Amino acid sequence: MATPRQQLVNEADPPSTTPYEPPARDTSRCKLGVKDLSFYYGSFQALHNIGIDITRNKITAFIGPSGCGKSTFLRTMNRMNETVRNTRVEGEILLDGENILKMDVTDVRRRVGMVFQKSNPFPKTIFDNVAYGLRVNGVRNQSVVEEAVEKSLERAALWAEVKDKLNKPASALSGGQQQRLCIARALAVEPEVLLLDEPCSALDPIATRKIEDLLFEIKSLTTIVIVTHNMQQAARLADYTGFFLMGKLIEFDDTRKIFQNPSVKETEDYVTGRFG
Amino acid sequence: MVMTISPKRKLVNSLMLSLSAVCTVLVIGVLFFILGYLLYHGARSLNFQFFTSLPKPSGETGGGMANAIVGSFKVLLVATLIGVPLGFLAGVYLAEYSGKTFAFVLRYVIDLLNGVPSIVIGIVAYALVVRPMKHFSALAGGVALGIMMIPIAVRTTEEFLRAVPNALREGSLALGATKAKTIFSVVVPAAISGLISGLMLNLARVAGETAPLLFTALGNMFWSRGWTEPIATLPVMIYNYAIAPDEDLHQQAWAAGFVLLALVLAVNVTAKMIIMRGPAASRR
Repeated sequence: MATPRQQLVNEADPPSTTPYEPPARDTSRCKLGVKDLSFYYGSFQALHNIGIDITRNKITAFIGPSGCGKSTFLRTMNRMNETVRNTRVEGEILLDGENILKMDVTDVRRRVGMVFQKSNPFPKTIFDNVAYGLRVNGVRNQSVVEEAVEKSLERAALWAEVKDKLNKPASALSGGQQQRLCIARALAVEPEVLLLDEPCSALDPIATRKIEDLLFEIKSLTTIVIVTHNMQQAARLADYTGFFLMGKLIEFDDTRKIFQNPSVKETEDYVTGRFG
Repeated sequence: MVMTISPKRKLVNSLMLSLSAVCTVLVIGVLFFILGYLLYHGARSLNFQFFTSLPKPSGETGGGMANAIVGSFKVLLVATLIGVPLGFLAGVYLAEYSGKTFAFVLRYVIDLLNGVPSIVIGIVAYALVVRPMKHFSALAGGVALGIMMIPIAVRTTEEFLRAVPNALREGSLALGATKAKTIFSVVVPAAISGLISGLMLNLARVAGETAPLLFTALGNMFWSRGWTEPIATLPVMIYNYAIAPDEDLHQQAWAAGFVLLALVLAVNVTAKMIIMRGPAASRR
């Protein structure tokens, strides 16, 4: 007997509803505007004509079952997917109106920071981890670097715990601390957008709570986009939530609306736990 | 049908087991046998003088191989300066930049180079360095050994860089670092213990090479000044002394063999220890 999930996947046609279309652009609120974005791994199309406006200084979450394209979508927004061979992107991603696909890639990545699923501190000291982004972007002045490192660690709610061991290797920190270190490292270059790819999936509830709290704190500084497979996390954190299914953005709206009164049946099935 | 194990099958089984056990012990024993044998024959010449004096003129007993010990290090230094940068950068290219097809071809070519007999590489160094310079030299010996170091340098660099988790590369790129910056500031430091031990194993491998040095470094009974004079090395010294018609020289050859083997073993063991401690330190 087929489960609802299988029925959905087995359908020859994509979900019956038309994909989400963004309303008329309001450039003052829109930080990242995505227009008609498609992405291919070889001949496999992983993203289908995504269109969305991501609002400045808000937290936007993307949810969806595994393999639905939400991480791929996140990784197109700082052009990280270009490091994967044999991929192709179509459409536009506008950062304050400028198409990032036509910008210098290192410039894009400095302005659009990223935190990964598994914490990936460099095999360097705590200080050098946070200073790395500044140094590769040409900041040579030691006192400027020191100031930025302290500020970033404070924003990542890690300063109190590491201020006495800045010269210890980052590997000496706990898993949750390492992830906050990675957030501090990303914040140090003062990105305009911060992308987080399931940042808490490897962490316990206490470490997760700390990260959610700090994301709340820093959203006044930067626009936050988070991919999560944890729906409660999206509901707690996000101002806006988008639901992905099979490479399509099915619905995008206020988080409250998505979780309490979604307008598309697939969204409702997913957020009520009927599949995925 | 009732199946029983016949006495003959049991006998064959235990025979095979004991045979392979004996062979294993023999294999392990070979190293200790060689070490002991060298020590037994060379012990009398293995004294303080051996490490500090020059060889005595033929006919006189005593003397040492100070010049050959220093010479070996000098030739190895030249070899390292030639072979390691070339091999390292090619390995970086192989691990970080090249596409699948080209990497396959490159790897195959490097394996072929690794299979070139050392005497042939000696001839090449002779033609490229000795002939134009018109005399044998430390430089020529270093070029020969340097060429021999390239394949292992490429492959160990590639192997250890590939072992670095991709998450580190992405973390660096995501901060706006260029690919080159990422490789040299994050990937290489993460692999550094492996790279160093790979270099040491590579050195240990070529330290005992004799054939390519015979007509490049040649040998020298005195101190060799600079880098363009013929120079004594331990392997060539062993060769020359071993075929000399003099019991005292034979003993010195045994002693030199022991010193060479001890050096190579020490380097090997240190490298293995770095590798064993390396992953824990670099991966986390």
